[in-house]
Amino acid sequence: MATLSMTVNGKPVTATLDPRTLLVQFLRENLRLTGTHVGCDTSQCGACVVHVDGKAVKACTTLAVSLEGASVTTIEGLAVNGTLHPMQEAFREHHGLQCGFCTPGMIMSAVDIVNRRGHALDEKTIREDLDGNICRCTGYHNIVKAVAAGAEAMAGHGMETKEPPRQAAE
Amino acid sequence: MYAFTYHRPASARQAAGLLAKKEEAKILAGGHTLLPTMKQRLAAPSALIDLGACADLKGIARKGRTVVIGAMSTHAEVAASADVQEAIPALAYLASHIGDPHVRHRGTIGGSVANNDPAADYPAACLALGATIVTNQRKITADDFFTGLYETALEEGEIITKVVFPLVSKAGYAKFRNPASRYALVGVFVAKRGSDIRVAVTGAGEGGVFRWPEAEEALKARFAPKSLEGLKHSADGINGDIHADAEYRAHLIGVMTRQAVAQATGK
Repeated sequence: MATLSMTVNGKPVTATLDPRTLLVQFLRENLRLTGTHVGCDTSQCGACVVHVDGKAVKACTTLAVSLEGASVTTIEGLAVNGTLHPMQEAFREHHGLQCGFCTPGMIMSAVDIVNRRGHALDEKTIREDLDGNICRCTGYHNIVKAVAAGAEAMAGHGMETKEPPRQAAE
Repeated sequence: MYAFTYHRPASARQAAGLLAKKEEAKILAGGHTLLPTMKQRLAAPSALIDLGACADLKGIARKGRTVVIGAMSTHAEVAASADVQEAIPALAYLASHIGDPHVRHRGTIGGSVANNDPAADYPAACLALGATIVTNQRKITADDFFTGLYETALEEGEIITKVVFPLVSKAGYAKFRNPASRYALVGVFVAKRGSDIRVAVTGAGEGGVFRWPEAEEALKARFAPKSLEGLKHSADGINGDIHADAEYRAHLIGVMTRQAVAQATGK
């Protein structure tokens, strides 16, 4: 067994756990935060995306114990006092989902895109950066619209990106 | 996944000490190859030595005529590094096209190089740029490092600490991605430093990454896509699978090489 202390959605968490425990298992089974989904369980589909220290990662391919001292944000950590996060609201408004299974990962990825690239996102950027998230219902069209609208709305809510957006030369 | 004991050393030296003591231990870097392999029970290390807390394996810096990249630098960090973007933009470009954004937040250069997946991107950059792989014990040139499918010159107990890339005057990378896995069906990295021209091919070779001497020779006359016209790579020794047969991959080598040179020369 191993010990772990981290912050999840702003709250300190400590646990003694089998080192094999994946982050997504820890979140779902130990903390009962079941908004983070397991889709493919092979790091392809992105349904399990959460933020670790502000960066989107696949929780199915990360050991919980390797995140000692980290700050984790899940889909449950986005809404404040029952008010949806602007990105969640944009997905609702633009019908960026059908069955909803991929949605938590899509939204966490979308917020990560805004953190990295700022609030004015063109369609090409959004589609390229959603590379690691698979939806099998809607065909992405409304998802892309929702991400663009959510990104703009985040600026309106004074949600500044944590650091100046920087990206690789292309 | 089979059970293992977990260790989290604070330095490469501590990691090496643990690695020497624990039988059947494996090093965990970003975990984006090792963990999926363990989940499939294709690997069953008795101990994992996580390099995540080794501060001495992080960081990217310009040093003289080189860029030094710590082994635990993630693909996202390499892609976003102002030093890499300025010194070797083709390397930043390569890093920004590995996997997807989430994978790039965890996967590391040291892990990728040590694993030497025959379709990984970094081995092509290391070989074409003439990188030096530095371990806790010695320095190994890229020419000597990549020895076969998933095989490297690394000895038991050896840990990559950094990769040193010499600056070049021109470099470019082009890859034809497998749209599902995002690995290279064929990826070609070209680099020119004075009269030294190197063309390295990943994704295609039965023995992993390799250089293409005929293309290097052709580019010596003039470093331009035109110099490669009519040049074809043979399908001998090239991988074939359900995604692309050997002839198709051989054809792609020519196409990707011309694209990489075009990128390197801004044409």
